[in-house]
Amino acid sequence: MLYVQAVINGLLVGGVYSLMALGLSLIFGVMRVINFAHGDMMVWGMYLSYWLFVRLGVDPYVSILVTGAVVFLLGAVVQQGLVNRILEAPHEMQILLMLGVALTLENLALVIWGPDPRRVNTAYALRTYWLGPIVLDLPRVATFVLALALALALYLFLKRTDLGRMIRAASDNRVGALLVGTDILKVFALAFGIGAACVGAAGSLMSPFLPFSPSTGIFFTVTSFNIVIIGGMGSLLGAFVGGLLVGVSESLGAVILVPSLKELFSFVLLILILLFRPQGLLGGSR
Amino acid sequence: MKRRVVLGIAVAAALAVLPFRVPSNWQNLLISTFYYAYLGQAWNILGGYAGQLSLGHAAFFAIGAYTSAVLAIHLGISPWLGMVAGALLAALLSLGIGYLGFRFGLRGFYFILLTLAVAEICRLVALHLPILGGYTGLFINFTPDPWQFQFQGKIPYYFIALGFLGVASGIAWLIQRSKLGTYLVAIREDEDASEALGVDTFRYKMVAYAVSAALTAPGGTFYAYFQFYLQPNTVLNINHSVDIMIRPIVGGSGTILGPVLGSLLLELLGEFSRTYFAAGVAGLNVVIYGILLIVVVLFLPRGVYPTLTHLMRRPAAGRRP
Repeated sequence: MLYVQAVINGLLVGGVYSLMALGLSLIFGVMRVINFAHGDMMVWGMYLSYWLFVRLGVDPYVSILVTGAVVFLLGAVVQQGLVNRILEAPHEMQILLMLGVALTLENLALVIWGPDPRRVNTAYALRTYWLGPIVLDLPRVATFVLALALALALYLFLKRTDLGRMIRAASDNRVGALLVGTDILKVFALAFGIGAACVGAAGSLMSPFLPFSPSTGIFFTVTSFNIVIIGGMGSLLGAFVGGLLVGVSESLGAVILVPSLKELFSFVLLILILLFRPQGLLGGSR
Repeated sequence: MKRRVVLGIAVAAALAVLPFRVPSNWQNLLISTFYYAYLGQAWNILGGYAGQLSLGHAAFFAIGAYTSAVLAIHLGISPWLGMVAGALLAALLSLGIGYLGFRFGLRGFYFILLTLAVAEICRLVALHLPILGGYTGLFINFTPDPWQFQFQGKIPYYFIALGFLGVASGIAWLIQRSKLGTYLVAIREDEDASEALGVDTFRYKMVAYAVSAALTAPGGTFYAYFQFYLQPNTVLNINHSVDIMIRPIVGGSGTILGPVLGSLLLELLGEFSRTYFAAGVAGLNVVIYGILLIVVVLFLPRGVYPTLTHLMRRPAAGRRP
């Protein structure tokens, strides 16, 4: 029963992981840029929710709208102002640039909010329900449902709207999209913004049950990397499934080993995937 | 040629006198510059010449640090010998990772993530190994004795770091001049084409990886006996792997002087931001450092050394009508 509980908790956290990884997968899929600041953008989403909650009493599930928008702008500015300028530079320079952005964001959070771990203490933070022998906590369930809803909204946006089609066109064939008159740099800024908004919203969604500090960002970055590789780089469905899988494997790792070794499972999973199915579980051929 | 020899002697003389003439905080800056340039040079052999970016060099660094420290603490073996053992172990690990990664054709981002994952696994394992001190870390008692790699004052460390850098740069220079260097650059520029031309890419990538790892480990030994304290969350932190890789890239990866210039530039930027912004708010100096790093990338997108050589050639080209 302990394991069933662990799997359920893992799935519930996995939903937000999926949303976070969808953002990274979108950014990589369209621009081929590895967003090393991904986790830091998430932490910014968490802190913005924290601020709105402490100062104005806005519930984190409502403040997603604000954090999503702010982190969207942040992402769009990073792409438009920085990455777009060095599209022709060697690959490692883009990595360096994103590392610089990550360093700046992480420490700016440290300057503004200090090093102490914080958490958004909502009134319902500790409310739980019993489903037979299984415990469900309200914030985790609400977070899971909202994360799924946002992931679905992103999917519909990319598949059904003109803007979404433009982004997918730029991702599938950059030159082709350029030839039919797509303003590729604007599309890039939009895509980075949307990817960032996903992770910013994921941050808000996690803030009610996960304590965070500026240095948490790097762990989310690495977790997002794991998920998109496991699921398949550039595959949205892969990122989604990978998120759930990593959520469950961490949760099981914490129960089977010790909590401080919970990531070991997902790293071993990552290495196995890299070796035997490098295109990822649901990725097409590279 | 003669001018080069004179220049070389002048630089060597200046470097020999320098530590005695500067205040102690500048000594630290110089040691740090050489030390990171050394690690950068080691990284450069794999990441720069062969173009296989590794974000897990902290693992090899940690092997060098922990092997020498544990051998010295428990068996009384001199860190100078422990350093060699560490280098061999690091090379062994790199061959393991390389065999898996290169055999299965992992490139680019996939290789970066493989190296990062291995380093993170090392960190998690090190945190749970009692012999390495776990979360508390490993303390090394200070007993000044050159054979124990422990010295009074900064100056011996200055010369060791400089010597390490000299050896690593010499090895990089030899590789660059040899056939191996040519093959590595060919692999970096177009792996499929070089394979089609009959270059055994797997073998040369393995050699580059092993040399790079073996050179990184002594850097860890140096760190252990300069800091006298090892903790998995600092030594094996991802940020540490990042620290190792950014200097050669900033300086110009795949060049001998790149890691040295990159290390000097970033050390100066770091010192600048610490001097003027560290006093007030925690983290502000790193914000400034991060912004400066972004500015460097935007203005020198090819790296410091390639940009410098480009600028020095330009007047000659400009004379033509």
